[in-house]
Amino acid sequence: MILSEQDLTALFVTLKLASVSTLVLLVVGTPLAWWLSKSQWRFKYLIEAIIALPLILPPTVLGFYLLVSIGPNGPIGGLVDALGGAPLAFTFTGLVIGSVFYSMPFVVQPLQNAFSSIGERPLEVAATLRASPMDRFFTIAVPMAKPGFITASVLGFAHTLGEFGVVLMIGGNIPGSTQVVSIAIYDHVEALEYGQAHWLAGSLLVLSFLLLIVVYGANRRYTVAKP
Amino acid sequence: MSIEVRFGIKRGEFSLTIDTEIPEHGVTAIFGASGSGKTTLLRAIAGLEAPENGFLKVGGVVWQDTNTFLQTHERKIGYVFQEPSLFQHLNVQDNINYGLARSKRDKSERSLDDAISLLGIEHLLKRMPWQLSGGEQQRVAIVRALAADPSMLLLDEPLAALGDEQKAEILPYLESVYQQLDIPVLYVSHSRNEVARLADHLLLLDKGTIKASGKVTDLFTSLDLPLAHQTHAETIIDTTVTSYDAEFGLATLKFSGGQFVVASNPLDSQTTVRLQILARDVSVTLEHQKDTSILNIFPVTIDHLVKESSSQMTLRLLAGKTPILAKVTCRSAQSLGLKIGDTVYAQVKTVALLR
Repeated sequence: MILSEQDLTALFVTLKLASVSTLVLLVVGTPLAWWLSKSQWRFKYLIEAIIALPLILPPTVLGFYLLVSIGPNGPIGGLVDALGGAPLAFTFTGLVIGSVFYSMPFVVQPLQNAFSSIGERPLEVAATLRASPMDRFFTIAVPMAKPGFITASVLGFAHTLGEFGVVLMIGGNIPGSTQVVSIAIYDHVEALEYGQAHWLAGSLLVLSFLLLIVVYGANRRYTVAKP
Repeated sequence: MSIEVRFGIKRGEFSLTIDTEIPEHGVTAIFGASGSGKTTLLRAIAGLEAPENGFLKVGGVVWQDTNTFLQTHERKIGYVFQEPSLFQHLNVQDNINYGLARSKRDKSERSLDDAISLLGIEHLLKRMPWQLSGGEQQRVAIVRALAADPSMLLLDEPLAALGDEQKAEILPYLESVYQQLDIPVLYVSHSRNEVARLADHLLLLDKGTIKASGKVTDLFTSLDLPLAHQTHAETIIDTTVTSYDAEFGLATLKFSGGQFVVASNPLDSQTTVRLQILARDVSVTLEHQKDTSILNIFPVTIDHLVKESSSQMTLRLLAGKTPILAKVTCRSAQSLGLKIGDTVYAQVKTVALLR
């Protein structure tokens, strides 16, 4: 076996984290992106700026604040504690929360652009054909924003795959629970296990490359299909 | 019963003030220059614009008043937008089915099949929108609007985005749709030619207010309105075929002021035919000319006359109760001594069959 059992577990944790985070991001990000694309609220740009923060913030900064807020004395941690929930820091759930914030712009921005580019007209047409607002969203907006959903999902997934700083700050490095590939690679290098680091790094490289091929391939198909 | 429309809309500099009744039968053209508020009025009727204050009653049902505002999807309308607006992710059949599935239509599918064949789109049903020409897309959009079983059809310049050739291709389809529908049709247009061909009633809009409303045949010949003063001023007359002379290819068409003899393809007796007579093709004589090649000569009385320029004059003539416009030179008018109330003979050189 080229990859050790611990490396395989790290790979599994990474894929699980990326999948769960992407799902959560789509559920949270879709209504948010829809609202951003439709709202005329004058302070909308504040929300947009907050969502874009992880793009420029060092992951350790984001991770630090998340750690403080999900810790037992933080606002989120305190709330969970008061509701009788288990502490979130250094758990898989904590990692998911961190990833969701960290990858939010990569999901919300493509969705917002996709929704905006649909324009009002198709939705107005659907309204004149007796479709209620909810009906219009699911039968017109979502299918027409399909390229945006593909881009958002893959970018959200891929970005979570490569997470390091946030994970290290709030998840620690617990094998089988919160140790992800990027941290496992770091450990291998620290221990001068370059062979194992190579295999693991290579796996992530190939995986990320394949994902991006899917994104750009899909987008190309859409632009080619509609001259 | 009629459609009662009262709207007050303000959008920055632009304001629209409407208070009118629209007939519940036939085609009403909303006509005016661009920026006169035609589209805004149509959108307000569809519920796509929310007027600050408004009242709308269709078929005895209040769609909007102080306490009521039916959302667009709650109004039984069919709407065709200016540019082809098919759903790009659905094929033609699914575009049509979209409205059909949501209309709770209890009629048989037959009327829909009729609409599909009326607009000649049977062969397009499996295609995607981008595989269709602009004219084909608009035909599909019309069928889609009809499939939703509307009690009123609203069209916002459906031909404006099309080239002349495609316009010519789709106009006959529109005519046959309008003639077969028993629901009111509101048709926004800035094309005088389309209005002349398609409309029964006219709502003349100018800078957000209604300048005139009434029958197309009346408004086109009213010297109080700008239509009659344009260079291409014309008279529209709805007539009925009484006979057809196959030897000379001439149809005899009856109207309230007499009859026209017009060269045409064979026409069945009793069909209605709309005629167009350009004002500049009508001349007047004091005596009934017998030795002339002109077929259509009527005794008329001069109802009104207006000097357009130092050389041109527009006459409104009455043949029975039917007005006919004539353009003559001021010199002729003076030498013939034309004045209101005179009985003269109108010679109509050219008559065009509009539909």
